[in-house]
Amino acid sequence: MKKISGSDAIMQVLVKEGVQTIFGYPGGAIMPIYDALYNYSDKLNHILTRHEQGAIHAAQGYSRVSGKVGVCFATSGPGATNLITGLADAQIDSTPLVCITGQVPSHLLGTDAFQESDIIGISMPVTKWNNQITNADKISEIMSKAFYIAASGRPGPVLIDITKDAQFAKIKFTYKKCEKIRSYHPYPILNKDSIKKASDLINNSKKPLILVGQGVLLSNAEKELIQFSEKSGIPMASTLLGLSAISCIHKNYVGFLGMHGNYGPNIKTNEADLLIAIGMRFDDRVTGDTSKYGINAKIIHIEIDQSEINKIIKVDVAINADAKQALINLLPFINKNEYKNWMSEFKKCDEIEFNKIIKKELNHDGKEIKMTEVIHLISEMTDGKSIIVTDVGQHQMIASRYYKFTKPKSNITSGGLGTMGFALPASLGAKLGQPKREVIAIIGDGGIQMTIQELATISQYNIGVKIILLNNNFLGMVRQWQELFFENRYSFTEMKNPDFQKIAEGYGIKNNKVENKSKLKKSIQKLLDYKNAYLLEVVVEKEENVFPMVTSGDSVSNIRLE
Amino acid sequence: MKKKGIYQFKRSKKESKEYTLSVLTENKAGLLNHITIIFNRRKMNIDSLNVSSTEVKGVSRFTIVVNSSKEKIIKVVNHINKLIDVLAAFLYEEDEIYYQEIALYKLSTKMFLKGDLVEKIIIRKYGAKILKIEEDHIIIQKTGTKVGTQKLYDELEKFGSILEFVRSGRVAVSKSKRKTKNFIKELEKIKSNKLNIK
Ligand SMILES: Cc1ncc(C[n+]2csc(CCOP(=O)(O)OP(=O)(O)O)c2C)c(N)n1
Repeated sequence: MKKISGSDAIMQVLVKEGVQTIFGYPGGAIMPIYDALYNYSDKLNHILTRHEQGAIHAAQGYSRVSGKVGVCFATSGPGATNLITGLADAQIDSTPLVCITGQVPSHLLGTDAFQESDIIGISMPVTKWNNQITNADKISEIMSKAFYIAASGRPGPVLIDITKDAQFAKIKFTYKKCEKIRSYHPYPILNKDSIKKASDLINNSKKPLILVGQGVLLSNAEKELIQFSEKSGIPMASTLLGLSAISCIHKNYVGFLGMHGNYGPNIKTNEADLLIAIGMRFDDRVTGDTSKYGINAKIIHIEIDQSEINKIIKVDVAINADAKQALINLLPFINKNEYKNWMSEFKKCDEIEFNKIIKKELNHDGKEIKMTEVIHLISEMTDGKSIIVTDVGQHQMIASRYYKFTKPKSNITSGGLGTMGFALPASLGAKLGQPKREVIAIIGDGGIQMTIQELATISQYNIGVKIILLNNNFLGMVRQWQELFFENRYSFTEMKNPDFQKIAEGYGIKNNKVENKSKLKKSIQKLLDYKNAYLLEVVVEKEENVFPMVTSGDSVSNIRLE
Repeated sequence: MKKKGIYQFKRSKKESKEYTLSVLTENKAGLLNHITIIFNRRKMNIDSLNVSSTEVKGVSRFTIVVNSSKEKIIKVVNHINKLIDVLAAFLYEEDEIYYQEIALYKLSTKMFLKGDLVEKIIIRKYGAKILKIEEDHIIIQKTGTKVGTQKLYDELEKFGSILEFVRSGRVAVSKSKRKTKNFIKELEKIKSNKLNIK
């Protein structure tokens, strides 16, 4: 058998694992891998981002829209540490990634060699698994585990650190995909008893509510969820990461949960007599004060990760299983039902929210453009069919509230970590993951400046993302909190921004700026019609607030409408 | 058998109490770090820690003693169970295990020779033994619980100061009938590696 280098072996692994796109950034300790990559340019499409944080967020965007494992490369030391934010983000939002970092030669480990950092130690709390390869003979075993662990069960990021000598070493190489690890049980055996108990609760409830989390998307259970909701007649509300799992125009969809969610689903959480949580983890942005959450409800938790069960909210029935599997098993036990009155109560709440908030947002006489108007227009003009990638802040909440998703895996945002700078790189990754779909990035003037260098990546590879920059010259969300909870003391939240058009120009990206409401629709149409990347800066009202709002730590019942 | 299953708490128990965790793991570098991170994140102190090999090749056992509320420790155990290289974590209260710790006491020979320390206190009353006698110091060894080794410590202190004192981490075996080897065989048989949707 012919011997090959460790680096060549890595390339073969990637091909065998079906990897097509890699996001990365080279450097000394990963040069042998990049050298091997040179021979694989027909099989592996490598995207050179402009920062390792950009590479990992791009890999996240790619994975979230395609369901595939995102892959990225970085060198040792600073290259590896630049991945940390993305790892933490992918860990908390359950995104499958395999990150490969170069490392100093094994004989130098622990010597403070040039660009040595203990990335295994540093990344431990923010990875699902990590491992260091110092011996090329281990590549097959460790890499196959990496892909298996990243993608199975509750997905997450895996980091593999490989020393330079192992990249050079010549080995006899064969590859077999990992199918089992005895200490790892990604798919818990479904307990039929829990299905029975859950169905009893469901069939006897008067005011049930389904809480849809990202687990539904991750297990591709969108269809099963609809069947479950339609048969049982139970209304569905979604968490931030669950958005797009169900079409926002589905008759049983009652809205968005949490701090800036819709009025109905928040208020009704405490009137419901049964909450059926599917693939969600009761984040504090959803629950508010947990002692005043679901106060009248029994709780069923369908969750693949056993450590999430009873972590935040004590549940009555736990179904520790994959969401799709649980729903398939549950369906035959569910009685056909409808909840006319209960459903109409949500309608009433929608009317209240419309009259108190939405109407004013969409039909105001002010000269300034409101973020809401922009998102509302985009939603209508794209029929809710686009992939929306949002950054973090007011624009994120507005986009989540007003974009009416009609296709699954279309809402890409940093939920658990709330990472500003996520959207621009994630959107380029998303476009590469779903090249045929329209990908629209919605970003604030703060967040875009955190990873603005990725405009170069977008430009170099002609990645046709549409960027909508909602510019309020403020770190808007923080300003809103300062207004509401810190007596208008705007401590370091106002920004003097660069000329974004010139910046886009400099990167060779088509652009436009709109300040006048009358031109808004036309400029959005232009952006949508354009075949390539496009940046549209929309100057929006400086001091707009996002409502409704559940104040941090307050009960969902106390959701504020103003 | 409580394989990687869910520990559930019936009612929220807030009061703090001593728990022993027995964690079976693959023998993998870095795992200790991984486990301690889980405690650190919750600002929990580990009272004692012991790592050793088991009767099964390639499998290690971490024995960890902590003071915690039941609610908190259950979350920790569930989190430890989630680590990829952990085979299983078991949570025990005091009456569910046999356990021992070992303590070494280094005394000056002079102090030791005072009175009838050896006979009365060390050997008879505390069941300790003399490990080593040197010209200037002697080493006493006692196995037992923390309370027992501490009592001997207090007693010895009365005769003069102890030169060095060290107590090991707890080692514990459960009272259950489980055989580690069989347990691991069972684990290997569980078909939870793939999603089987019928
Ligand atoms: C990396 C990072 N740093 C700080 C924050 C805290 N933070 C949350 S929202 C926000 C303001 C975002 O401002 P901008 O991007 O302009 O969006 P806007 O809220 O105005 O829509 C800040 C600073 C964060 N989420 N992420």
